[in-house]
Order: sequence, then structure tokens, then C-alpha cells
Amino acid sequence: MSFLTYLINGLSLGSIYAIIALGYTMVYGIAKMLNFAHGDFIMVGCYIIFSVSGAMSGNSAVGIIVAIILCTLLGVTTEFVAYRPLRGASSPLAVLITAIGVSYLLENIALLIYGADIKSFSSVVKWEGLSLAGGQLQIQGVTIVTIVISVVILIALQLFINRTKQGQAMLAASEDKGAAALMGINVNRTIALTFAIGSALAAIAGALLCSAYPSLSPYTGAMPGIKAFVAAVLGGIGSIPGAMIGGLVLGIVEILSKTYISSQLSDAIVFGILVVVLLVRPTGILGKKVQEKV
Amino acid sequence: MAILEVSNLSVYYGVIQALKGISFHVDRGEIVALIGANGAGKTTTLHTLSGLISADGGKINYKGHDLTKTPSHNIVTLGMAQVPEGRRVFSEMTVLQNLKMGAYTRNDKNEMEETLSVIYKRFPRLEERKNQLAGTLSGGEQQMLAMGRALMSHPDLILMDEPSMGLSPIFVNEIFDIIQAVNRDGVTVLLVEQNARKALSIANRAYVLETGKISKEGDAKELLNDEAIRKAYLGE
Repeated sequence: MSFLTYLINGLSLGSIYAIIALGYTMVYGIAKMLNFAHGDFIMVGCYIIFSVSGAMSGNSAVGIIVAIILCTLLGVTTEFVAYRPLRGASSPLAVLITAIGVSYLLENIALLIYGADIKSFSSVVKWEGLSLAGGQLQIQGVTIVTIVISVVILIALQLFINRTKQGQAMLAASEDKGAAALMGINVNRTIALTFAIGSALAAIAGALLCSAYPSLSPYTGAMPGIKAFVAAVLGGIGSIPGAMIGGLVLGIVEILSKTYISSQLSDAIVFGILVVVLLVRPTGILGKKVQEKV
Repeated sequence: MAILEVSNLSVYYGVIQALKGISFHVDRGEIVALIGANGAGKTTTLHTLSGLISADGGKINYKGHDLTKTPSHNIVTLGMAQVPEGRRVFSEMTVLQNLKMGAYTRNDKNEMEETLSVIYKRFPRLEERKNQLAGTLSGGEQQMLAMGRALMSHPDLILMDEPSMGLSPIFVNEIFDIIQAVNRDGVTVLLVEQNARKALSIANRAYVLETGKISKEGDAKELLNDEAIRKAYLGE
């Protein structure tokens, strides 16, 4: 029974990684850049919820909505100010380094405003959870909510991309920006929309992450951000179902190895798996072969 | 009456001048061919017309709009579509999704369905494969898809960049027949081709582009019999 508990916890952590990884992978798919500041958007979202909920005497619903709106604005603004001018720069490294710069900027702004001490975050999920099999299987409310939300997000994204004009434009622009422009698609606006969605997802992921692991610091987003990046690469970067699978695999492996092997080694195991997968399948689990242009 | 009038157009890639002030025009209802060797500036010309490359000098007048100042995504709404070189279909999307992308700027759902059925009639193969991923089509079928996709926007002027490139002779003939049929339906065509003989045989007029300059222009049939053209471009 305890194995089942750990598995469900892993699934829950994996769902959070998956939601973050979705943002990474969508942005990579269309802008062909790794937004290394993506993890810090999570932290920003958490601090917003923390402050707003504090001011509203614990009403976290308003906090979540404000966080989603502000993170969306942050994502779009970052893209416009920091990344767009570098699109078409001679080296793709320029935008990558800028993303790292944005990451440090956000962390240090948080440090200035909130200080370095760890804040205790009160869960946005008030539900106690389920007690099954006569109390032998305890599942926390936040665990269940996290899994359900990630499934809803995945389905919503798939519907958006396959059924809506904007989603199809996103798909087209991620494959060939020039051809997309010839169709009348405003590529810049499509990229901005992708950043908006990714950043909104980061805010949601932040709310869930800090509810499950309630300590908040300016570096809260850094490690989950890197793990989600690993998840996106593991699943095949650019692939939405891939990000989901990569996230879940990563979360389950992390929790199980923490439980059964060693909590110190769990990160090493997680990254070890990445190395092995990339050796066997360089494009990730669901990644497509990159066709070299002749 | 000219639907497209290009005057003194110049484009630089860094310090290299790819187009050295070219001028040409396309009249409504015509097929105009732009022929020339590799690197003469044919694709650059079309990309500049569609706004994928920005002009460094000169004017592009399309139905009274100056295209040098129009962002590329707004040009298709003005009634100009391009079938790009190398087809550039969206390989991860189905044939039908590709066609719908071609109608991205249109909001008239019923008329769009009508255009789609006209295109299916012209390219029955596309209808047979409408749910297949575009990347799995053969080269000739992809060319048809690229043409169908451009026609979905219901253009007045269609720019075609090397439609016969890499196709088997049977497909080449089929593609050129389709270009003529499209033109008969009232779409003006600006055709860029390396297959000069084929292009001149279906065009009304033609321009010869040589290292960024127009070296010759005139009636297509006359150019087909021009001694210098025959030597340089028809391999005789």
C-alpha cells in the first residue's frame, strides 16, 4: 500500500513538472529558444499568490487569478523586451544568455522585495484529501487536485492546438515561420501568445508546487525549472504529449528513488536517466527526427 | 492594366547587392515568367514582393498599395499569394489542415468551403489524401498542395517559385497544365522558373534576370526564338 502512496505522490510531482515542461516545450517549439527564466516565472507566481492572499486574509482564489494575469504579462513583456530584438541574431547563444540574465534579474528582484528568508506558503488547496482502504491509503487533496489539473491542461492544450485557428497557426509557425507569414499569420503575435500561455501555466504550476512543498524563496523556481527542462528534453522537446510523459516519468523516478534508494542520490538518478535516454534516443521519447536541409 | 508594378527595386544581403534596381510589371490576367540562372535574384524578387525580405530601395505597387511598407502577414489579405520554392508545406499537419492554413485570413466560412471544393476538383489527389500528413506526400503531390494552399486565399495574383523543381517529367507537365488552368480562371500568375523552355511556352511575357538586373524582356514566344536566350537558357 505504501508503494501506491509513493507512486501517487510521484505522479503528482510529475504533473507539476509536466505543467512547467509544457511551457518550456511550447516556447521552444515556436521560438526555437530555451527560456531559462521559465522556472523563475513560477517563483514570481508564488510570491504574487503569497502577497495577495496575505493581503486578502488568506483568500487564495483571488491570488491565483492575479498571479496568472501578472505572470502572463511578465512572459509577454519579457519576450517583447528581451527576446524579440534578438530573434534573427547571428548566434542563437545571444538569446540563451539573455534568458539566463532574465532569470538572475527576477531572482534578485524577489530577493530585494522579499529578502532571502524562506516564507511559509499556505496551500491553495484546502481539501484534506481522501482516506482509502480503511485509512491505509492516504492521498492528500493537493495531490489529487494537481493530477486532475494537469490532465485538464493537457486536454485543453491539445484541443486548442488541433481545433482552433490560433492553435493551428502556432503549429504552422513552429514548423516554418516564413511559410506561416505567407499564409497571413502574424508570427510575432503568435510567438507572444505562446509565451502568454506558457507563463500562465507557470503561475498555475507555482501555485501547485508551493502548495505541495510550502517553502518559498527567491530560488524556489530554479530547480523545478531545470527538472522541467529535463522532462521536456526527455519527452522530446517541442512535443506536448512528450512534455507530459517526460514530466510524469521524472516525478515518479524522483519520488521512488528518494524512497527506496537514497534521497541524496535522487537528483543524480534523475539526471542519469536523462543521459541514458539521450544516448539511446537523442530526440527524446516522442521527439521527431530533425531533418537536415540539403 | 498593371496589377503589379515594380520600379527600381534593390535588395542587399549585407554588402552584396542581390537586386540592382529592377523594374517590371504584371498586367491583370497575364502569365509573366521571370527566368534566369541560379543566383540571378529570382527568389529574392519573390520574397521581397511577399515581404519576407525587406527592400532597400524602390517601390512595389500592388493594386495601389506600396508593398515595401506592408508587413508580410498583411499582404495575403490584399489578394497576393505565393507558392514558395521547395513547396514548404507544413509537414506535421494534414493536407486539409494545410489547405485551411491557406485560408487563414478568410472568415467567410461558406465561401471557403466552396473554394475548397473547387481546389479538390482541380487536385483530386488532395481530396483522396486530405487526412494524410503533408510530409508523407510525394514531391509532386506536395507541389499540388502548396498550390492549393495558396489558392485557398482566393488570390488575384499568385507568385510561383520554381514549381517544377525536383519533379518527374510527368508531374512537370501536369503542374504547367494546372498553372494555365488557374490562369484561365482569372488568376494572374508571376512564374519564376529555371525550366525556361516550359515557362516561356506558357507565358505571355517574360523577363530575363541576370545577376540582379533585368537583361531582357519581351513577348514570351519571341524570347523563345531569341538566339542569345536559346544559347544561354535553353541549352542549344
